[in-house]
Order: sequence, then structure tokens, then C-alpha cells
Amino acid sequence: MKRVALYAAALGFMVFAGFPFYWMLVTTFKQNRDLYVGASDVSHIPWIFNDPPTLDHVRLLFGETEFPRWVLNTLIVVVAVVVITVAVAVPAGYSLARLAGRWGERMGMGIFFTYLIPPTLLFVPFSRLVALLGLHNSLGALILIYPTMTIPFCTWLVMGFLRSVPWEIEEQAMIDGYSRLAVILRVAPRLIVPGILTVVVFTFTLVMQEFVYALTFISSVEKMTISLGVPIALVRGDVYHWGSLMAAALFTSIPLAIVYNLFIDRFIQGFTMGAVKG
Amino acid sequence: MAGVEIRNLKKYFGDLHAVDGVDLSIREGEFLVLLGSSGSGKTTLLRMIAGLEHPTSGEIYIGGVRVDGDVPPRARGIAMVFQSYALYPHRTVFKNIAFPLEASRVPRQQIEAKVRWAAEMFSISRYLDRYPRQLSGGERQRVALCRALVRDPKVFLLDEPLANLDAKLRNTARDDLKRFQRQIGTTTVYVTHDQIEAMGLGDRIVVMEHGKVRQMGTPQDVYEDPVDTFVATFVGQPPMNLLDLGDPSLPPRTLLGFRPEHFLPRSTFAAGEDVRAFRFSVRRVEYLGSDRYVYGAVAESATPDATVIAKLPGTIAQAIPEGETQEFAVPRAALRYFDADTGLRRRS
Amino acid sequence: MTRRAVADREDVLGVLMLAPSLAYVILLVGVPFFLAILLSFSNATAGSLRFEWAGFGNYGAILGDPIFQRALRNSVVVTVGSQALVVVLATAAAQVFRATFRGKRFARFILLLPWAVPVSLAAIAWTWIFDSTFSVINWTLKAAGLLHGWLYWLGDPALALVAIIIVQAWRILPFATVIVLAGLASIPQEIVEAAIVDGAGFWRRLFQVELPLLLPVVTVAVLFGVVYTATDLGVVYILTGGGPANTTHVLPTLAFQRGILGADLGQGAAIAVFLLPFLIVVAVAMLRLARRAEVGAR
Repeated sequence: MKRVALYAAALGFMVFAGFPFYWMLVTTFKQNRDLYVGASDVSHIPWIFNDPPTLDHVRLLFGETEFPRWVLNTLIVVVAVVVITVAVAVPAGYSLARLAGRWGERMGMGIFFTYLIPPTLLFVPFSRLVALLGLHNSLGALILIYPTMTIPFCTWLVMGFLRSVPWEIEEQAMIDGYSRLAVILRVAPRLIVPGILTVVVFTFTLVMQEFVYALTFISSVEKMTISLGVPIALVRGDVYHWGSLMAAALFTSIPLAIVYNLFIDRFIQGFTMGAVKG
Repeated sequence: MAGVEIRNLKKYFGDLHAVDGVDLSIREGEFLVLLGSSGSGKTTLLRMIAGLEHPTSGEIYIGGVRVDGDVPPRARGIAMVFQSYALYPHRTVFKNIAFPLEASRVPRQQIEAKVRWAAEMFSISRYLDRYPRQLSGGERQRVALCRALVRDPKVFLLDEPLANLDAKLRNTARDDLKRFQRQIGTTTVYVTHDQIEAMGLGDRIVVMEHGKVRQMGTPQDVYEDPVDTFVATFVGQPPMNLLDLGDPSLPPRTLLGFRPEHFLPRSTFAAGEDVRAFRFSVRRVEYLGSDRYVYGAVAESATPDATVIAKLPGTIAQAIPEGETQEFAVPRAALRYFDADTGLRRRS
Repeated sequence: MTRRAVADREDVLGVLMLAPSLAYVILLVGVPFFLAILLSFSNATAGSLRFEWAGFGNYGAILGDPIFQRALRNSVVVTVGSQALVVVLATAAAQVFRATFRGKRFARFILLLPWAVPVSLAAIAWTWIFDSTFSVINWTLKAAGLLHGWLYWLGDPALALVAIIIVQAWRILPFATVIVLAGLASIPQEIVEAAIVDGAGFWRRLFQVELPLLLPVVTVAVLFGVVYTATDLGVVYILTGGGPANTTHVLPTLAFQRGILGADLGQGAAIAVFLLPFLIVVAVAMLRLARRAEVGAR
């Protein structure tokens, strides 16, 4: 009896969380005449394929829209922002955890709090700044601005990660003949690899998801990223191509979901900040 | 080889005085143990000698050269073994031991020879190709010692290197460590909270508390002639008994101290022996095989409830019934006197 | 004997390694933040670089504007409504997902999906789900005999707010659940077992032992949820665009409409500044929690 309730509850949550994705899946592969039947027709069940599935919408998405271009743009921004974030946040996290002494924690928290300042508060001044720099409607604007979101969180993440890595190996290396700098350059990187990986993944997911800045800075369709282009520019005139739209959403969500599933625990450690002792 | 001189060394972390004015003179070739509970400042002191912490004030000399302040750890001619052993997880045992040599750019062939020599010494030659995670705790500890050895350091610094071993292994490891230190004769500073390790290993012991040195001396000095009540109760298991007798023949506010193993039934002493007798009401007897611990109270005490412990060797067969009062005694030579207010030893 | 060179100076290295991060945060978060506040007191417009002091002009204008009042109210309603829903659902979901059962890994994967998907793509999927003609929700309700008329989800101001709250709760739920799960895992098993031995049943254990211990962690989940919901632009922008007739705007969408689309930077900034109270409450609460965690750890 208890088991039944448990499975029922688990199923309930799965349906709530997962049904939009099921709906994406069904919509992606449905033929138009199966898709566009008004919901008032109770006899036509929309949850299943009443006609054989089709790849037409997928073909349209990849062949006749700017979607491939958006994928490329997104990748360019992802790579650039990952490079900047790793180069800036990893040394900073190391510095706070290992070199800053008693001030490290406080300063780390200060940097972390800037993560709470949302894009929706900053996009107005940024729109002006980006115009001043001549970066309007260019991927450069995104590459410049996205690290403002990734650096604070990742600095904090690396600092927290290093706390869990024993200090003694680095101290041992200093006794064994390395300078502090040599330890940082030659010993520490091996120890921080998992932390760096987390930073890369966090940055990747954040860039994939970002919408506000992209909406503010990018106006021409061929410069858009996936998360902006799909909801904004896949609409032809007033006509939504729901099949292709859902295909785009589905294909973008799958890799992100897999990556998230693998790294979720690491992110959570960052968010809970010691309110949970792991 | 070299001795270590420490003068009025202090380390403050904000309000916390981790090390609060320590003077030490560690002789060449000596095995010195820093003994204290956690928070006593012993590890901070060791880390300052290593150069991993910067002193707030004071001076450190290694082999006569002042090193505090400006000399980085690698240039101090020291080797250190951490409690966790701090083995490089991604390097094999060979590469771990070779690391300090590579760092000081020793030629390849010499490294090879030296590593093999050291590995032979600790009988870990079989494991040279393994990674640290494939080794047992005892093997890891020996790898760490090996790595410390190949540097030819002037001073060894050991931070509780036996704490992570199980009790059985710890005994043999202690023996190995002491033999090894005698053999190479390098000055060694050893940090522990375990008084048995301290007594067994140290040529001299430094007892620390709240960042200060309470007593420094041979294990025998520290055990038999504690300078204050702290050392008297910290060293020795069970601790020294301390009684306030209110005895008019003694100066006022005097505590009388004696070790449990000196507190024996009156009948075990010869009639003419100079002893001090007590009426000991026995509360409970613990049979521990080689010894018996007898818990009770002494009627003469100003605080008759205070627990007094007697430790009777297995050779005393006499029955000690619980709940009865018996006559016990302590040889006068074994009595120690302390000032009840300051805790300091009184020579009377 | 080697002297300490720069390569050994921890203070110098520490500052050098921290500097780029600090510079980024100060120049591109700190400065724009103050610029946002400054702009809200100016009559700046996009396209022109000149701007003049406008005092409280922008604030006066928006406070008297019924659309703004509505947006402010909507922001509060959506944030409070969705987070209340999230707290209840996440606590329940965490109770379910702490148990072991067949297929749990898959179930957890599904549960996490809403968090992984980009907001804008989730919003467009929901737009399709709430479509005025093809809404699968309406079909299901009708087929089940629960609906006789018709629900214009995004066309009716009240229903649109409900839709927005559902989507926000749906999006935050996985995040909150995972955080609460982490909190549950950190409750020492002995405490729970002691409660069992003391004869406490499931509900007593839940309300008198576990929930009080979970409070800090649930608070963290809610705080992030508040930030994510109150400052979100994507859901409302895509779902309703603020419509019908500007009735479903929240602060971010209205700020975007006035500040970016309408090119009135001053007013856009002033609207966005009203997000600050949400953020200050969150920041203060977090600092308190962090301090308590710090004290508890000692």
C-alpha cells in the first residue's frame, strides 16, 4: 500500500515535470493534419500519433531556417565565454581559497553576491555601454557580458571546491622544493581538474540558457543564439511552425539535460553554501 | 645536520594566540616531541619551522641561520611528513619519492639510485610502480618517510605521522621510526597528542598548552617531576592523583600529588619504609589483566568525594573488596607538592 | 640561502590572481549597477549619448502609471504564488525521491528536465501547450468531462497569471527539490532513528524533527527561487508579451518594453530599480544563513 502511494506520487511528479517534453516530442514528429486539429474535437486524441510520424518538421528546421546558424553562433559564444571564465575565475577561486587568508571567505561571498544582481536590472545600462563600444548586434557583446554572470558563481565554486581538496599536497610540494608559483603552475592544476570541469559545464549551460542579454543586444536574425532565435525568429510572420519549434526545443534540451544530470550535485554544493554540510 | 633555535616565537590568528611566546633549543640529532592536545599550538609551531606559516613575531634559526620571514619552505633544508602523508595521487611511488630530487634538479641517474636506496631502507622496493591509492596505510606512511629521507634534510618535521594507522600497526611503526632516526641521526621534530608515542619516541618532550611551553625535558623528567598540575595530569594514564589534605604540617593551599602506581595497600610495603598512609574507601575495582585499577576516595582529603585511583600490578594478589575501607600508602619519595592556586610545583 | 622572491610572496600572487575577477565584477557588474540607479534619475534615451538629471521625474511618472502598478502587483503575485507552490511541492517531492524505488534514476532525470531546458525554449513549449485553439490541457479537461466551456489561457488576464505561475513553479521545482534532497541527506541518520525509537510516527517526524532541521536549506531554495522568478523576463515575454492589453506585465518585461523597445532608458532603469527590494531581502537573508552556518561549523 505504501509502495503504491510512493509510485503514484513519483509518477505524478514525473508527469508534471516531463509532460511538456513529451508534448515537444509528439509535436516534433507529427504530421500537420494530425497536429492542427482543434482541441475542442474530443474524439481526436492529441496525446498519440494518429497518423504515422514524419521527419518533415526536422527537415524544415535544419534545411530552411537559420537554426544551424544559431547553433554555430551559440557554440562560438560558449567557447569564448568558457575560455574567459576559466582564465579569470579559476585563479581567483584559488587565490581566495589558498592565498587570501582570512579575507578569502568574506571576499568570496562578496563576489558571489554579485551573481544575484540580475540581467533584468543591468540590461538598461548595458544597452548603453554596448552601444558605446560599438558592439551592438554582435556576438562580441554577448562574449563580453556573459562572463559577468559566470565569473562570480564560478569563482565561488572553485573556492568551495578547493576547500575540499587537502592543502597538504601543495604544502608538501613547497617543502619538496617548489616555489609558491611553481606549485600553482605545476601541482595545483592536476588537483583542480574536477573543479575546472564543473566551471566549464556551468558556463556551457548558462550560455545555452541565457535569453535576456541576447534579446537586448542582438537584433538581426543571423546573429542570434539558439535560445533567442527559436522563440523569437522561428515565427514566420504570424505563423508559428510548431513542429519545427518543438524540434528545436527538444534537440537543445536533450544534451543540456544529460550534462545537468551528471553535474547537478556539484552545482548544488555551490548554491547551498554551507547551509548543508556535505 | 643542524639544531633548531626558536626565540620568543608568537603566532596570533586575530584574537587567538595559537603560539604565544615559545623559546626552544633543539639540539643537533635530537628527537624532540611536541606534545599537546588539539589547539595547544604544537602544529602551528611545527608549521612555522617549516615556513608554511609566518610568525607574528620571534625568531627561528635552523643550523644557525635565521629563517623566519624571508626564507621559503623549499630553502630551509627541511623535510616534512604530514598526517595525511600528502602523497601526490597522480604519481607512482617511485615518482613520489623522486619528486623532491627532480625539483632540485638532481641528475636522472642519481635520482634513480637514491630512490632505490631509500626504498630499500623502508622495504617498499616492491611497490615502486604502484600508485598511492593502491597502498595500505602503513605502506603510504613509509612512502612519505622515504620521500622525506631522500632530500637529505637538516631537520625532519613530522606531524602526527602515526595517527592514521591502526593501533597494532602503530606499535611497529613507532619502533621502525625510532630505529631509523637513530640510524641516520637527523634532528627530528615530532608533533603528537598521544603521550605514549611521546614517551616512547622522544629524547626530550615539550609539553604545550594554550600556545605556551609548560615543560621541556626527558620523558622521565616530565613523568616523574612535572612542573605543574597541568603536566602532572596530562602525562600519565591514569593521571596523577591530586589531593587537598588541609594538612597543617604543609604550607597552606598545598596539593599533594602521587601517581596511581605508587598508591598501594599498606601491607605491600616493608614495615620500616618511609610511607604516608591513607584510609582509602574502595568504591569499585576494574580488572584489566596486567593491572587492577581501584577507584575510591581518601578520608583525609578536604574534598572527600574526589576520586582517587590506585593502579595495582598483577603481582599483588591481595583481595580488594568493594565498599570497604582499607589502609593504602604512598612512599614519601613519590609524593609531589603543588601550589593549589598557581598549580606550580613546590619543592618541599 | 634562497630568499623569498615574488614567486614565494603569497600576498602578491593572491592579488595578481584575484585581480582579473575583481576587475570584471567591479567594472561590469558594480559600475553598471550604479549606472542603472543613476540612469533612473535621468532623462537618457537610446540613440543619444547626452542625458540630464531628471530628479524623481521617472519615478513620479511610473508610480502614477496604472500599467506599472499592475506590473508591480503581478511581480509580487507571481513570485509569492509560484514560490509557495514550489515549497510545498519540493518538500513533498524530496520525501518521494529520498526513498529507493525501481526506476528512480530515470524518474530523477525526468524531474530535472525543466531546470536544464533554456527558459525561452520552455516558455515557447508552454505557449504551444496553452494555445488558444490547440491547447492539450483543454482537450484533456474536456475529454475527462471537467470542462464544458473553454479556457483562453493566455487571452484572459487572470488565467494568464495562473499560467505564468504554473510555468515559473514548474521551472524552479527541480532546483528546489534537489536542494531539499541535499538537505535531507545531511540530516544525521541517528537523529531520525532516535525519533523512530522515541515512537514518533511519519508525520510527527516530518513536522517536528525533519522540517525544522531542513529550514535553512528550504530557505536557500526559496531565496534562489525568488531571485529567479522575480527577475525573470523570458517566461512572461514569450508567453504573453505583457498582454492582453498590458495586464500581465511584470517588472522586467515592462522595463524592457519602456527602456529598450521604447528607448526611454531613464524610465526603464527606474522600473528595474524596483527589483532591488526583492534582491535586498534575499541578500540579507542569505548573509544571515551564511553567518549561522559559519558559527555552526565551529
